[in-house]
Amino acid sequence: MNKTVNQKAWLFVLPVFVLVAFNAIIPLMTVVNYSVQETFGDNTFFWSGVLWFEEVLNSERFHDSLFRQLMFTFSILAIEIPLGIAIALTMPRKGPWVPVCLVLMALPLLIPWNVVGAMWNIFALPDIGFLGYVLNALGFDYNFTRQPGDAWFTLILMDVWHWTSLVVLLSYAGLVSIPDAYYQAAKIDGAKGWAIFRHIQLPKMKRVLTIAVLLRFMDSFMIYTEASVLTGGGPGNSTTVLSIDLVKIALGQFDLGPAAAMSLIYFLIILLLSWVFYTLMMRNEES
Amino acid sequence: MNMTWMAWTWPTAAFFVFIACCLATMTVLELKRPGGAPRRGILGLDTTRGDRLFIWLLGSAFIFLFWLGFFGTPLYAPLAIALCWGFVTFRWV
Repeated sequence: MNKTVNQKAWLFVLPVFVLVAFNAIIPLMTVVNYSVQETFGDNTFFWSGVLWFEEVLNSERFHDSLFRQLMFTFSILAIEIPLGIAIALTMPRKGPWVPVCLVLMALPLLIPWNVVGAMWNIFALPDIGFLGYVLNALGFDYNFTRQPGDAWFTLILMDVWHWTSLVVLLSYAGLVSIPDAYYQAAKIDGAKGWAIFRHIQLPKMKRVLTIAVLLRFMDSFMIYTEASVLTGGGPGNSTTVLSIDLVKIALGQFDLGPAAAMSLIYFLIILLLSWVFYTLMMRNEES
Repeated sequence: MNMTWMAWTWPTAAFFVFIACCLATMTVLELKRPGGAPRRGILGLDTTRGDRLFIWLLGSAFIFLFWLGFFGTPLYAPLAIALCWGFVTFRWV
């Protein structure tokens, strides 16, 4: 059978291309232009070469916020991925409880990010918030507005609450797509719980888990709204992750040059790590 | 159309023209020899020529960043390393 060549399809891609050009490519080009210049406002720019890149790469402030960002991202991945799989495994595959579980799981995902931040802020306040009050009543000295450890605990707990559902739903989609024949074959071979999970369920979930890890990695690496509303980067700078620091430099200090250089470095790190994750996972799948 | 808000400079414009030329070359190559010339390179990855371009550009960006972070300007040495990296990528990766 001859393959039909139809180049008209490219015309249908054109609107998307125009949209992406306006919301991604042109802003990115502008950021590149800003990163090599200095401005004092009034649309007047002065050439500064790679000075801002040198400054950002050697600044302790950038190193610290990058470290905090990596700590945050890997902590939530280490919690959300296993927890999401575990919850998906306990969910019913058939019967009237399926839609109930799915809706319950989807609820946190439907709440706007700034609302999640505000909710958790109030929920965790030591004097009037339920979480803060209970923890203090149990004898813990908990105050996320004053103690960095508590702020981190609350930030991670909030992210786990908000986003584990995504991992659950993706894992669940992978689980329900496994045909019964696999389980029957496992039963004949005498395979029990762990063996079934290791050799049937986990390999079959690999593709959706790749998507889950990538989505959670990229999203958490770019976290801004929830963290900003919950802690605002504090106490001190203890929860100032990359995006919060970037906004402080760009909008707080109005240092557009250093902020542009920092955002390009930030972008390249996300691009590299996403590519490494994707390549490793796809390679495992092939092998 | 007033484009002053984009704060164009000649070096950054040249950079984007270079990227556009790379993409145009890839398109022409794909039209002439469709399929993307897939192969398994020294990293053990299955790459097409588009993947190799991506690996080259991303790798070069990090070569420049590392050089700037550790040694600063001038950037002739990382430019040479990036060109060598490009040769290695298109030849063996």
